[in-house]
Amino acid sequence: MKTAIKEYMIKNKSLVVLVVFCIIVSILNPRFLTISNILNILRQTSINSVIAAGMTFVILTGGIDLSVGSILAISGAVAAAMISQGNNEFIAVIAALAIGAALGAFNGLVISKGKIQPFIATLGVMTLVRGYTLVFTDGKPISAGSSEAALKFSNIGAGYFLGIPLPIYIMVLVFGLAYYVLRHTRTGRYVYSLGCNEEATIYSGINTDRIKVLVYTISGFLAALAGIIITARLSSAQPQAGTGYELDAIAAVVLGGTSLAGGIGGIFGTVIGALIIGVLNNSLNLMDVSSYYQLLLKGLVILAAVLLDRKQKK
Amino acid sequence: MGDSIIKMKGVTKEFPGVRALKSVDLNIYKGKIMALLGENGAGKSTLMKILTGVYEKTTGEIILNGKPVQIKNTREAQNMGIAIIHQELNLISNLSIGENIFLGREPINSFGKIDWSKLYKAAKLIMDRLGITERPETLVGELSIGKQQMVEIAKALSLNARVIVMDEPTGALTDKETDSLFRVIKELKAEGRSIVYISHRLKEIFQICDDVTILRDGQFIAEYPINEVNEGKIIELMVGRKLSEQYPRVTCELGETLLEVKNLKNAYVKDINFSIKSGEIVGLAGLMGSGRTELARTLYGVYNKDSGEVIVQGKPVHIKSPGQAIQQGISYVSEDRKGNGVVLGLNVKENISLSVLQKLSGLFGIIDKKKEENAALDSIRGMSIKTSGVKQLVKNLSGGNQQKVSLSKSLMTSPKVLILDEPTRGVDVGAKKEIYDIINQFKKAGMSIIMISSEIPEILGMSDRIMVMHEGRITGCLERQKADQEKIMRLAVGQREVTM
Repeated sequence: MKTAIKEYMIKNKSLVVLVVFCIIVSILNPRFLTISNILNILRQTSINSVIAAGMTFVILTGGIDLSVGSILAISGAVAAAMISQGNNEFIAVIAALAIGAALGAFNGLVISKGKIQPFIATLGVMTLVRGYTLVFTDGKPISAGSSEAALKFSNIGAGYFLGIPLPIYIMVLVFGLAYYVLRHTRTGRYVYSLGCNEEATIYSGINTDRIKVLVYTISGFLAALAGIIITARLSSAQPQAGTGYELDAIAAVVLGGTSLAGGIGGIFGTVIGALIIGVLNNSLNLMDVSSYYQLLLKGLVILAAVLLDRKQKK
Repeated sequence: MGDSIIKMKGVTKEFPGVRALKSVDLNIYKGKIMALLGENGAGKSTLMKILTGVYEKTTGEIILNGKPVQIKNTREAQNMGIAIIHQELNLISNLSIGENIFLGREPINSFGKIDWSKLYKAAKLIMDRLGITERPETLVGELSIGKQQMVEIAKALSLNARVIVMDEPTGALTDKETDSLFRVIKELKAEGRSIVYISHRLKEIFQICDDVTILRDGQFIAEYPINEVNEGKIIELMVGRKLSEQYPRVTCELGETLLEVKNLKNAYVKDINFSIKSGEIVGLAGLMGSGRTELARTLYGVYNKDSGEVIVQGKPVHIKSPGQAIQQGISYVSEDRKGNGVVLGLNVKENISLSVLQKLSGLFGIIDKKKEENAALDSIRGMSIKTSGVKQLVKNLSGGNQQKVSLSKSLMTSPKVLILDEPTRGVDVGAKKEIYDIINQFKKAGMSIIMISSEIPEILGMSDRIMVMHEGRITGCLERQKADQEKIMRLAVGQREVTM
């Protein structure tokens, strides 16, 4: 009973912030509540959302993944390079996702078998992978080209289905799957249990190392998926793509009420958290706020929302 | 009865949805030791948390020296001279004794630098009074639990506490340490300080307390001078009913040998040889640090063995993790309930099913929630776990009920060999009896049970056979009929006996 109420309150709180925020913005700027703008927000949010979904798994276990921005960049670069070299778009996407998953699994192995703190381990991988991306791309953007494969590929980021951008479908699918896995599967249960009390989870006969490898693999895989969306949308991969994205993803998770200590929270909160950040970015753009002030305001909103969360939890 | 220094009158505490205390009274007399008794969940801890400012009471009065006071936080309680020593000690193990005593109140010079010589001198003064012979610079982590307890008392004295609450202070102490604790308590009393003494060990209550207050289900039941009651009467008041025999022994036919251990050795244990049959309870006795828990955890795969053989139902097994132990039919209920027994942040259902989710889930690991809930409900009924439902968080349950959840989780794995490590530690008399009954049910069902306990009466009362450990070795094995307290103690301190 109590959990249900508590969960409901946590969910509702960030939801309340989001709704109030939307109302204020729509009063200040009537252009906000148009269908095209809302679709715009959702499309822009999709990148951060997909990364944040993976980050939710990691943070629920009490970990953190700083390497997602770099994984996004290398996956995008590999996909673009493969297509420009005449490969099939399908194979390029699979390869990019596999690289993301492999790098994530590497994170997980360093953390679980190497017993390195997640912050340090993923900081190392973040730097390493960013470096490799610069070497791989020679510091220059890689264009996917204009082959038939390249056109099909660009659809993933720029295409529409029933008038709605494809990245939005991807985002919804990712969130839905993540919710289902966390709520209804063994893996999800183990993620929460590990985040609450690792020792007790081990004593219950669960291989926690495997769960750790799995959550970082999921995070790496989804970062690669985000990399594919971005690269497809621009039809080219930028060597500096995704810089700082890990922080936006962490902010979305925390805004959604998930505890950095692990064990508490969930994917629904992350949806709201990502939307709050998306709406904030969009509304400041609509109101022609300079990008310097945008950063400043974003920081303030994050701090305020998290403080509010802390207060109410007490 | 003397003057009371503190009177708590009609104290009520409500949590969302629960009334934890209903109009409870407590008198603490000047220079006296008041025992506060009750089953787990009776409200002792809540009452003490109100007294020490951790919780605010919903209604009621606290009267200090004749004047009503409001205690809003722990700092205020400290200033009023009220200190508490928790069951789980609140010391920082990598700070020194002196630093711990004065944590947050370090003497500083005019530049704001800590005046170390003053701090250690003051610490030494208090430590001398309590007979702590270590240097005040010694790290707390290097001390035994008993000594750490003394440091907590030193901390309370440094605050010039007039009322000291002790929550299960002897739970982890050796007999010798308990004796010196009692000596100190009597000295504190002689100085005119008052003590509230919470313990499940009734013998101790009669040894040192002057009065006794009994709570049940959040309500005040009675207050008596200690010489007007006896053990039976107290238990009756605590549980609200007469308890039949405390250790309900069942005898059953012994079956095949389920577990055999040969020459087991690792960093913690040496030369371990024993076997146990179906339907048998083997008590494992020994002092703290004798290697009992380590042996249990080696069998359970938490620690690896260096050499030796473990044979389950005639088959040699190689267990490297708890998961593998469970697969081989060995289960372990930990002594450290909160640390590794249950997951406090998960609910009752999720805890009970944790070890067997494999069996309760289908394709893609999707959990069959209906099946899971039914399994949990069966356990709740079978063990009479007191909870508002399967979705109650385990951290909101009382100690005894958490223990039952931990037992349920183990039982779900249908073990052949069940290792119980201090199964009734921190559990009240009523729930103890229930847990003994549950253990006997397991026995009748044909399990082999290894029961570790520091309470010798419990070992004697429940076991068919008793093994005693000392410094990582089994020093003796006694048949129940031939065992007594003295023989066990002799083996526990390392005197090997010829008579088996």
